[in-house]
Amino acid sequence: MKVLKLFVPVCLMFACIATDAAAQIAVKGETVYTMDGDPIRDGVVLIRDGKIERVGTAGSVSIPDGYDVHEAKVVTPGLIDSRSVVGLAGILNQDHDQDQIEMSNAFQPDLRAIDAFNAREDLVKFLLGKGITTVHTGHGPGALVSGQTMIAKTAGNTVEQSLVDSTTAIAITLGAGIRGGYSTPGTRAKSVAMLRQNLIEGQDYAKNRNSDNPPSRNLGRESMADLIDGKIYALIHVQRAQDIMTAIRLQKEFGFRMLLEGAAEAYLVKDEIKEAGVPVIIHPTMVRTWGETQNAGFKTAAKLKEAGIPVVFQSGYEGYVPKTRVVLFEAAIAVANGFGYEDALQALTIDAAALFGIDDRVGSLETGKDADVVLFNGDPFEYTTKATRVIVNGNVVYEKD
Amino acid sequence: MKIFRILILLVASIWFTATLHAQDTAKAFIGAEIITATGDQYDDGVLVVRNGIIESVGARGQVTIPSGAEQIDVSGKVIMPGLVDPHSHIGGGDGGDRSASLHPDVRILDTIDPRSDTIRRALAGGVTTANVMPGSGLLMSGQTVYIKLRPANTIEEMLVYVDEENGIYGGIKMANGTNPLGQSPAPGTRARSAALVRNLFIQAQEYKKKMDEAGGDEEKMPSRDLQMETLVEVLEGKRHVHNHTHRHDDILTAIRLADEFGYRMVLHHVTEAWKVAEEIARSGYPASIIVLDSPGGKLEAEHLYYETGRVLEEAGVDFGYHTDDSVTDSRLFLRSAAFGIREGMSREKAVESLTIANARMMDMEDRVGSLETGKDADFIILSGDPFSVYTKVLQTWIDGEKVWDRENPEDRKYATGGYNVIQRASFGHHDHLNAGGN
Repeated sequence: MKVLKLFVPVCLMFACIATDAAAQIAVKGETVYTMDGDPIRDGVVLIRDGKIERVGTAGSVSIPDGYDVHEAKVVTPGLIDSRSVVGLAGILNQDHDQDQIEMSNAFQPDLRAIDAFNAREDLVKFLLGKGITTVHTGHGPGALVSGQTMIAKTAGNTVEQSLVDSTTAIAITLGAGIRGGYSTPGTRAKSVAMLRQNLIEGQDYAKNRNSDNPPSRNLGRESMADLIDGKIYALIHVQRAQDIMTAIRLQKEFGFRMLLEGAAEAYLVKDEIKEAGVPVIIHPTMVRTWGETQNAGFKTAAKLKEAGIPVVFQSGYEGYVPKTRVVLFEAAIAVANGFGYEDALQALTIDAAALFGIDDRVGSLETGKDADVVLFNGDPFEYTTKATRVIVNGNVVYEKD
Repeated sequence: MKIFRILILLVASIWFTATLHAQDTAKAFIGAEIITATGDQYDDGVLVVRNGIIESVGARGQVTIPSGAEQIDVSGKVIMPGLVDPHSHIGGGDGGDRSASLHPDVRILDTIDPRSDTIRRALAGGVTTANVMPGSGLLMSGQTVYIKLRPANTIEEMLVYVDEENGIYGGIKMANGTNPLGQSPAPGTRARSAALVRNLFIQAQEYKKKMDEAGGDEEKMPSRDLQMETLVEVLEGKRHVHNHTHRHDDILTAIRLADEFGYRMVLHHVTEAWKVAEEIARSGYPASIIVLDSPGGKLEAEHLYYETGRVLEEAGVDFGYHTDDSVTDSRLFLRSAAFGIREGMSREKAVESLTIANARMMDMEDRVGSLETGKDADFIILSGDPFSVYTKVLQTWIDGEKVWDRENPEDRKYATGGYNVIQRASFGHHDHLNAGGN
C-alpha cells in the first residue's frame, strides 16, 4: 500500500467536509455481522462524525437523542470488491469510456489508475447501490502489464474524495488472456521473457535509486522497483494451470508480493498455490466458460478455501454485457456451492481489507473505523434480497425501499 | 449389409418395445410441494405420469394413484413444470451471414449439434424446452427451432412441431436497434432497417397473393422461393417473429411493423420496456425479458433494471424471461425471475414467466409449460424454493423420462462445471456475429 503524499491533505479536507455533513446515525439490525466476533442478534451500530462510535446489542447500547435511526433485517460492513475495473471502464462500452486497457504497448507499468478513475461513473454508483462501498479497481487484464490499480470508495465525486489507496498493484496478465493486437508478446514464452527482463531492470533500479548516484527517473522502472521492494502487489491475471505455475515460478525468482487473479484452473494446482502462500482473487463464480475460463467451476472457491488458501471475490472485467458483475452476487453462487456463509461475508469484508492493508479503516464494524455500513432486507446472498440503505463515511448515500 | 440392416431394425424394435413397456407403468411422485403454473399449488401433492403424459396432478388424497404405479417419495422437495426458455443459443448453431441482412430461408436446424455440452448444461438448470435462435447481428438471421432437450443423436429427434400439417417447428428471428447496423449490405440507420424489412414483407405479401390466386392449381403457383415461402408462413400467423429489441423507440418500431403486416410477434430483451409498458400492453404482443446483473455493456442496455418484470406485470403485459444463453447461463434461469421478485413482481408471475408464458410465445401452451392432465410430462424436482439461491435442481424429466439427475456424477458435472466439462461452448468472433445475443 502506497498513498501518494499529494493526496493526504486532500483526503483530510474531504474528511472534514464529510464530518460536517454527516448526521449521527443509529443502525438497528435483527442480525448485525460485525466481522469482529460472532454476529449480534438485535444489534445496534452507532455512527458519529463519519466513524463507527459503538457496536453492541440493543440491550447494551442506548441510542442517544438526535440520532437518525435506520432498521434492517441484516446489517453488514460495507462490502469490498477485490478486483474490478469500474471507474476506468464505463457503462457505455464505447471507446471514450473504456480506459481500463491501453493498446499502444503491452507493457506499461507507469499508467496510474488515479489518472483515469471517474468517480461519478454510473457503474461505480451502480455497485454502491448493491452494497459495495470499497472497490479495488484499475487497469484491466489483457496486456502483459496494463498499468496500476487503486482502491476507492464508491461514494465520492472525485478520485481525491473516493481514494483509499492510490497505488495498490501492477496488473499483469499471463497466458492467452493477453489480447491480440500488440506487436509483442505473441506467445506465452515471450511474455515471460519480457516480464523477467523488466523485473531485472526493476531490481537494478530499486538497488540504485537509493544510492549516491541514482539513475534518472523512469516512471515504469519506478513501478517495477516498487514491486521488487514489496511496496505494491503483483496482481497476476491467470486462468490456466500452467500459467498459474508460471506466476508462482516468477514470484519465487523475484520475491514480489503476489495476488493470483482469475485462476479458473486453480483446483488443479491447489497444493502448489498453498505451498507458495499466495492468496487468490477468484474469478467471478458465474464467469462464462469459454476460452481461458472453459474449465471454470462453481465450486472452485470452496475447494481452494477448503485447501487453506486465502480466497476473496471479484467482479472482474467484462467486455460486453453485463458491463460489471456484482461481487456480492458472485460470492452468493459460491456460497450456494459449498463456500461457508460467514467465510464468504469475511471474504467480502475483513479478509479483503486485510489483504489490501486497509483494515484499519474498513472491513468490520468496530469503533473508530470508517462508518461504511450496509442494510439488507434479508439474507444478503438471496436472489430476492436487496440493500435498502448504504452508508459510506457516515453518510446515507443510497436508499431504496 | 442387408443382415446388418436387419440387425439394426431388430435392435431398434426391441429398444422401442422396451421403452414403451417401461412407460406403461405409471409413476407417482408423492409428497412434494407441487407448483403447477396454472395458479394451483399443492403443499403435499401427487403427480402421476404415464406414457410421457401427465395423468393427474393434485393434493394427496384427491389424486388416485393407479394400482401398480411406481411410487416415488419426493416429500420435502418441490416439483414445477420444466422451464421453457424462449430465447437461447445452446447447441452451437449459426444463422445468416454478412452477404445480406435478411435471411428468412436460413435454418438454424441445419447447424445445431444435438450432442453439445451446452444442452446438457441447460438440463442442469431445469430447462426442458427451448427456442434456439440464430443471432441478432442481422435484421433477419433465420428460422429458429423449438426443441425439447431430450438426449438425441439428431436434431430431428428434438424438434417440437407446432404446426404438424405445415411442418413448422420454430419461428423466425429478427432484430432492430444497433446490432444489425453496419457496412453495406447491412443498413446504416434504424430507418433503413425498417425500410428493408417492410420492402421484404411487401414482396412476401405479393407472393402470398399469387399463391392465393393459384387456388391450389400447381400450374398457377409462383415459382418456389424459400425466402418467400417462409415469410408467407409468418404472414399467415403460422410462424412467430421473435424480435430482438432493446430501446423504447425500437420496441415501438417493432410493434408498428408487426401491426402493419399482421404477423405474430414476441418482443425479446425489452431493456426499456418499462418506459413503454402501456404501449406494449395495448399492442397485445408478448414480451420476453433478459436480466443482466448490471446495465450497460452496450448503449441500448444502459437503462436495464430488474424492475421491468414488476412494471410489465402491473401494466398487464403477457411476459416472461429468457436466458439468451450464453449471454446468461441456463443453469441460473430461475435466478432471472427471482430478480423480478426482488423488485416487486409476484411469485405467481415469476413461475409463469419461466414456464407457461413462454410456452404461449412458442404456440406450445397445449403441450408444455404447466402441470396439467394430458400435457407432456416435463417437470423438474427441486430441493426447495425455486427462487432461492440455495435451491438445487435435483432432477429434470422430459416426456416422462428422467434426462438429468444431480445424483449422477456424469450429470452433476454439468451443474457445477470443472475440468473439460464444457468442451463445445464457444463465443468467438464467428459466434459473436451470428449467435451473439442480447
